[in-house]
Amino acid sequence: MWSGRRGLLRSSGCGVEELRCRRREREAALRKARREQQLVSKRLLRDEATEEAEGGCVVVILGEAEIQEFLRLAQRGTEEKERERALVSLRRGLQHPETQQTFIRLEGSIRTLVGLLTSNQALLQLEAARCLHELSHSEQSAVAEACLPATSYLLTYLSGHSSDFIELCLYTLGNLIVESEAVRRQLLPQGIVPALAACIQSPHLTVLEALGYALSQLLQAKEAPGKIIPLVLGSTLPQHILQLLQPGPKLNLGVAVEFAWCLHYIICSQVNNALLITQGALTTLGLLLLDLAAAVQRTEDAGLELVCGQLVCPVVRCLSNLLTEAAAETVGGPMQLRDERVLAALFILLQFFLHKQPSLLPEGLWLLNNLTANSPSFCTSLISLDLIEPLLHLLSVSNVVSVLVLTVLCNVAEKGPAYCQHLWPGLLLPTLLDTLALSDTEVVGQSLELLQLLFLYQPGAAQAFLQQSGLQALQRHEEVAQLQDRVHALQQTALHG
Amino acid sequence: MQLPPALHARLAGAPGAAAPLPVQRDSLAGNAPFRFAARQVRFPREHEFFEDGDVQRHLYLQDVITQVAAEPERPRVPEFTCQVAGCCQAFDTLEDYEHHYHTLHGNVCSSCKRAFPSGHLLDTHIQEWHDSLFQILAERQDMYQCLVEGCTEKFRTSRDRKEHLVTHHLYPADFRFDKPRKGRRPASQVSTEAIGEDRAPSEGDAMEVCSEQAEAHSEPPRERRVYSHRIPSTVCFGQGASRGFKSTKKRSKRQ
Repeated sequence: MWSGRRGLLRSSGCGVEELRCRRREREAALRKARREQQLVSKRLLRDEATEEAEGGCVVVILGEAEIQEFLRLAQRGTEEKERERALVSLRRGLQHPETQQTFIRLEGSIRTLVGLLTSNQALLQLEAARCLHELSHSEQSAVAEACLPATSYLLTYLSGHSSDFIELCLYTLGNLIVESEAVRRQLLPQGIVPALAACIQSPHLTVLEALGYALSQLLQAKEAPGKIIPLVLGSTLPQHILQLLQPGPKLNLGVAVEFAWCLHYIICSQVNNALLITQGALTTLGLLLLDLAAAVQRTEDAGLELVCGQLVCPVVRCLSNLLTEAAAETVGGPMQLRDERVLAALFILLQFFLHKQPSLLPEGLWLLNNLTANSPSFCTSLISLDLIEPLLHLLSVSNVVSVLVLTVLCNVAEKGPAYCQHLWPGLLLPTLLDTLALSDTEVVGQSLELLQLLFLYQPGAAQAFLQQSGLQALQRHEEVAQLQDRVHALQQTALHG
Repeated sequence: MQLPPALHARLAGAPGAAAPLPVQRDSLAGNAPFRFAARQVRFPREHEFFEDGDVQRHLYLQDVITQVAAEPERPRVPEFTCQVAGCCQAFDTLEDYEHHYHTLHGNVCSSCKRAFPSGHLLDTHIQEWHDSLFQILAERQDMYQCLVEGCTEKFRTSRDRKEHLVTHHLYPADFRFDKPRKGRRPASQVSTEAIGEDRAPSEGDAMEVCSEQAEAHSEPPRERRVYSHRIPSTVCFGQGASRGFKSTKKRSKRQ
C-alpha cells in the first residue's frame, strides 16, 4: 500500500488562513494555465532530512568566484570528502535563482558538472545529479535548458542500478520534459521512450513513481498525440502500466496514481484505444475501481484518502472514454465490462468524495452515463441495487450535475415500460417538479425529456403530474425559446393523453 | 447521499450482472420536438469538462514534497569497507554502498577494469574492445551496434556509429561511453578520444574541462570539421566552450 513517504503541505509556521489563501491563488493560477493549455508542474526532489542535518535551509547566493572555486575543488580536490563538500555547497547555492543564473553563464560550468556526473565517484555523481536537478526545476527556461547536454547521460543511467540515482535522473528528466517542445525534440531521438520502457521493470517503488511522473509529463505534451503516444503504444510500456494498476497486495497507490494519469493522457488522445482494450485495460481498471471503493471504506488515514482520490479520477476517466470504443462493445467478449459491482463501487466512491473532492462527481456521473446509455443490464442493476433514490438526491448539487443525473435517468426510462415502472412513483415526481422550478434551460430541458418518456411509458404518470400542479410548473417556461415546443407538447399530452 | 446498506455487501460479493428487464421502445420516444437519445459521450484531452480534475492533479503534484523528514531514516551501520579487492572505500549506510558498488564495481570489464553504467554498454564494450572474432567479422559486415536502446542500426565502423549517434540521436560528440578502440584501426578513423584511454582508468575519470582544450592535437583537420558542423547547436557544453576533442594531454592522477 501507500508507503506514507509523501507528506502533505508542509506547514512552515503559516496560519491556516494563509495556507488556504495561497492554495486558492495557486488554484486560480492553475486554472488560468489550463485554459491557455499551459498546465505544467515541475517536481522538486529535495532531501529535507539531510538539509536539516546540514544546518538549516538557509540558501546562500553564490557569486562567480565562489562557484568557480567549488567546481575546481570538486574536480581537482585531492581528498574525496573535500570534493564532495564542495559540490554540496554548490548544490545548496543552486537552490537560489540568482546562483543558477550566475552558474549557467559561467563558461564551462555545465561541462564540468556533466563531467562529474559521469565520473566513477559515486557520491560526486549523486551530488552532481542533485545540482542538475535544482537547475532543471527552475522556472527560467534558460536555466532549465542549460541541462540539455546532460540528457543523453541521464537516459543512459536509467538502465543502471542505483535506485536513488535513477529516481533523481527521472525527476530531472521529468522537469526538463515539461520545459519546452524543443527539449522533447532532443529527448525523443535520444531514445527516452525505450529507456523508460526498460526502466519500468525496476522493482523499486520510488523509481516507478518517478518514472510514472516523467512519463505522464511526456504524454501531456501538446504534440503527444502525433509524436509521442504512437511510440509509447508501440513499446512494452502499456503492458507494464496495466500490470502496475492491477489491484492486489502489490498495488502501490503512489505509483498507480502516476500511471493512471499516463493512461488517461493516452486514452483521451484517441490514438489507438482498441489496443489497450485487447490488453485488458477495461477489466483491470474495473477491478481497480472495486479495490478503491473497498479501500476508502476501510481507512481513516487522510493522506491515504487523498491519494485514493487522486487515483479515482483518472481511472474513472479512462473507463468512461474506453467504453465509447467500438472494441468495448463486442458482445460477450472477455474484454467487455459487465460487472454490476462497478456500479456499487462508483456510488460508494461518489458518496465518499462528495465533499472531499467534489470535482469527482460530474466525472463519475459521466461514467455512469456511458455505462447505462446502451446497456439494459446496467440500467436494471441501477434499479435492483436501489440506486435511483441516491441519484435523485444529487439533483440539487449544481446545474452540471443535475443535467447529468437527469440524463442517466433518461437512459433508464427510454428503455421502456418495464424500466419506468421501477422509477415510479417514489421521489421522482416531486423531484422533477422541483427541477422545473429552476431557471437553467439545460436542466429544465432535460427534465422535459424525462417527462415525455414517463408520460409515454408509465400509465398514470401524466395524471399524477396534473394533480401535483404540473401544468403551472410548465407554464413558467412557455416563453423560453429552447423550451417552448417541448413545454407545449407536454401540456397537450398531459391534458389529452 | 444515502446509500442502501446492501450496496457494500454487493461490492464484496461475487461478480455478476442483473438479468436485464425487457426493453420495449415506442417510436414516439425522443421524437420532435423532443430530442433525447441515449448515447455515450467521449471527451478529448483539452475539454473544459476536465478542468477541475486537472487542476486538482496539479495541486497534488505541487503540494507533495518528496522525501519529507517523515521518511524513516536510513539506518546507519558501523562503518565498513568495500569488499572488492583493491577498493578501500568506507561507508556507513547501505544505500551509499549500493550506489558505490554499482557505479564502480558493477558492470566492470574484467579485461580492462572499466566500469559502465549498464550491462548493455558493458556487453558492447567487451565485444568491440576485447573480442578478436568481432574484429574479424567487422572487416566484412556491419558490426557496430547503435548504443541507443531500441535502435537496431548497425555500422561498419565505430566512427559511422558515432556519426549516427550525433546526427540521428542528438548525442554529444564526446559521449563518454562511446570511445572507439585504438589499435588495429587505421589512424584516420581514430578520434583523439581514444588516445590516452589505454591506461587503466583512474577513479576520477571525469570529462576534462580544463583550459588545455583541443588546440594541440594531431587530428587530421578533415575529421574535426566533419563533426563540428554536425553538432547541433543545442549541444553546447557551457556557454561558448570550445567544442573540441580531448587532446593528448596528461591525465591528472587522481585518488
